[in-house]
Amino acid sequence: MTATGRFSWRTVLPLLLVFLASARALSADFVLSDDCPPGFELTSGHCELRSLYQMYASLEDAGVGGLKTGLPAYRDGYTPQQIDLGRYLFFDPALSADGSVSCATCHNPDQGFSDGLGRSIGASGHPLPRSAPSLWNVAFLQRFFWDARSGSLEEQMLGPLYDEHEMANTPTELLQTLNGIPAYRELFRQAWPEDFPEADSPIQLEQIYAAITAFELSLISLNSRYDQYAHGYADALTAPEKEGMNVFRSFVARCAECHTPPLFTNQQVAVIGTPDPEGMDFDPGAAEPLGEPTLRGGFKVPSLRNIALTAPYMHSGRFATLREAAAFYTGGRGHAVPEGEELKIHWHIWEPKLSDEELDRLVDFLNTLTDESFKPSVPLQLPSGLPPAHNTLVQAGDPSQEGAKNHE
Amino acid sequence: MNKLTIIIASVLLLSGGYYLGKSGEKPATIIKVDSAPKAAFTSSGSEEVAAVAASGVRSLATPSSGELIIVKDGESIQDAVAAASPGAVIKVMPGTYKETVYIDKDNITLSGVIEQGKYPVLEGEGIRNDAVLYSGNGVTVENLYITHYKGNAVMGQAGNNFIIRNNIIVDTGVYGIFPQLGKNGIVSHNIVSGIEDAAIYVGMSDNVDVVFNQVFDSVAGIEIENSRHALVEGNFVYNNTGGILAFITPGLPIKSCGDVLIRNNFIVDNNHENFAIPGSLVSNIPEGTGVLVMACDDVVIEGNIITGNNSVGVTFTDFSLAGNAANDPDSDPNPNRPKVLNNIMQDNGNDPAPIVRAALAAVLTTTGPDIVDTVGMDDGCILNPERYRTIGLDKYSECEFSTTANVASYTLPEPVPARSMEDVDKGKLAYYGVCAGCHAYSSRMIGPPTQIIQALYMDNPEGIAAYAANPVKKRDDYPEMPPQSHLDDETRMAAARFMLQVTK
Repeated sequence: MTATGRFSWRTVLPLLLVFLASARALSADFVLSDDCPPGFELTSGHCELRSLYQMYASLEDAGVGGLKTGLPAYRDGYTPQQIDLGRYLFFDPALSADGSVSCATCHNPDQGFSDGLGRSIGASGHPLPRSAPSLWNVAFLQRFFWDARSGSLEEQMLGPLYDEHEMANTPTELLQTLNGIPAYRELFRQAWPEDFPEADSPIQLEQIYAAITAFELSLISLNSRYDQYAHGYADALTAPEKEGMNVFRSFVARCAECHTPPLFTNQQVAVIGTPDPEGMDFDPGAAEPLGEPTLRGGFKVPSLRNIALTAPYMHSGRFATLREAAAFYTGGRGHAVPEGEELKIHWHIWEPKLSDEELDRLVDFLNTLTDESFKPSVPLQLPSGLPPAHNTLVQAGDPSQEGAKNHE
Repeated sequence: MNKLTIIIASVLLLSGGYYLGKSGEKPATIIKVDSAPKAAFTSSGSEEVAAVAASGVRSLATPSSGELIIVKDGESIQDAVAAASPGAVIKVMPGTYKETVYIDKDNITLSGVIEQGKYPVLEGEGIRNDAVLYSGNGVTVENLYITHYKGNAVMGQAGNNFIIRNNIIVDTGVYGIFPQLGKNGIVSHNIVSGIEDAAIYVGMSDNVDVVFNQVFDSVAGIEIENSRHALVEGNFVYNNTGGILAFITPGLPIKSCGDVLIRNNFIVDNNHENFAIPGSLVSNIPEGTGVLVMACDDVVIEGNIITGNNSVGVTFTDFSLAGNAANDPDSDPNPNRPKVLNNIMQDNGNDPAPIVRAALAAVLTTTGPDIVDTVGMDDGCILNPERYRTIGLDKYSECEFSTTANVASYTLPEPVPARSMEDVDKGKLAYYGVCAGCHAYSSRMIGPPTQIIQALYMDNPEGIAAYAANPVKKRDDYPEMPPQSHLDDETRMAAARFMLQVTK
């Protein structure tokens, strides 16, 4: 904490917020959008996802397959106003106890909705055990957190909001803060008019969670150059990228067996035995939350969409580059498992003996999965009156001192 | 493996105890003649294919447009695929082709020309990954000789209505033929050998016939995994480590396996040393395994000749066989409702693999059984159980049907259609799914609002479609539009039409 140069805002925050809100952020300044975000059609007041992938079916409706394969089950249906309110909340550091971090601190839209760190840093200033997963395409995911312990975004966000090392808030204080900001009361009323019959009807926790969920569900990335190829435009990829695609889906590298199109994840938990950073205790992963000892060291297979934007890689950021991450898979089965650990390593982890050139081509292909065409804009002004925190405070800490960027 | 030993041992001990306790008191064989015909076979998939007999068994064919492309020795097959339109037939002349062929188009026939017994050879030289990859629907791969690839000879990802036939696949990597995540397909008349996992592997697929193949000298002969409605019939399966497998592999996104008919195959002398890749599921298969059913439901074993398999003729088991893999809390581990009709079983279990031998020693025997159920399922059925030497089948009842002959094929009477376009508005999907990244209805985004475009183009969707394919810088206050030529003409026109009529 001392190294961060920050001081605790906790004591002065509520006063400051009221001051800022009344001084700068008049509620009249904020009107929620009545347009759906890109990628959505407004139907009977609700935003419904539209994608070219809806032209295709998938076996057993599982949303896994090849190029022209339908999407996995997804959530949508919030109103434009609820989604836009979620955007304000997402970027507002007022959601943290000391007003220092927002959701976007660790899920920064300029860093692939992750944070560029191997292990994220929250309000406490210390590196957390794991990295921040990207939020692109969370609308399609069934399980959340690296260890798959949560079954919904609403449930998931309770973790960071109230963890003492992350946003360090409490439900009571969060409600108090937001209810103390007239602009937010007005915006929540716009998002849920029927829930605010009186001028002083209070904001509810469920509305906060629903709005943030609504915004997160709007983060759709399905228009990469790979997708253009998948929909039938053969020239969308260069020759080296196509070579990489064929390595990716070959049964030698076997990447596509778990990172299965169209989402580039099969949403399973896999034990692959990647190393943690030096000096870190072995992370048992999903074994405990799922009650399945054989999943010791298992983590959720992450989507590879926008993967080029979210270095470093793996659950605790051990690999600084995509090249290093890809090379892990050709290092031999269990080669990085610590002494004394006996893991049930996934059967697809073997010794594919990929050449340096093949690894380069794999990286070429992974770079074609980037698409930020629906990237949302950051609010110029926040209802709390606080400045957005996500592009400043990460750098204010000194992560290298804390091992967060220590990949070795 | 240890777990398997323990479980087999415990089953053997139980039944052994039974025999020891009543030594000399084997139950008398009941001999009877059915007074009425047995019921017809029905399964979860039988109704869907009931019309097959009328339309002709396995009448599936890749649609052809008449386009013919001939590839000669020294030319590239992939160049032909790149030039082909859907419906093309690519004929490959005898010769040697050192490449990976990938087919990401629909309705392509890749067909070797065989002259005087000479095949076109796809040669992997031990350095190439896969010989043929396809993701399109309606792909046929036939008449090729494929050898020395590192991965698979023929691998499908999500292509439906596939036909893989008449290929010779020798000493090629992990799988010989591997259709995955596809519906409605035929794998027939292939000769596959020397594969370090499954020679023919149907993974996460529906409605597939694997018929009339010859598979040998591989770790697994034919494997049906996490699939439904599969017919494995008339195959000659010999000298593999395990002959025919029906599996649930834990940890896959499609978690069920069921309605698999293993019928009229020759499953003979599958005693090959297990040379599987360490860590693979098939590395657990004991040498001398005829048929192995792990966690797959409603498997019918009918009319097979199962002889000379030195460990066990037919094994029903649960995930305990996969002791080297993590469990999957979302998959049911039991081989529910196993069904054994009449089969010929002879000379099985004569020289069990060490692990099976260890289990058998616990019950003071050295000979493996014809059939073992390591779980001891109580919902199985069997006909004429007295014919076989069995362990763990005590709770099996008599099957209510005697044949599955009424299911001539599990392929569908009609090809799987592409998703119905009637309820999919391509223009709408492209407009919201692509165009909306830059164009909102009334507000300024990266590009001008749709309303302004509507005013400019009114009744001229062709104008929008043409401009979008080849945009030029028009407005000083907006960035130049990136070309949308990645959308085909039809999609671009549909999107333009939709753009002109959208109202919010």
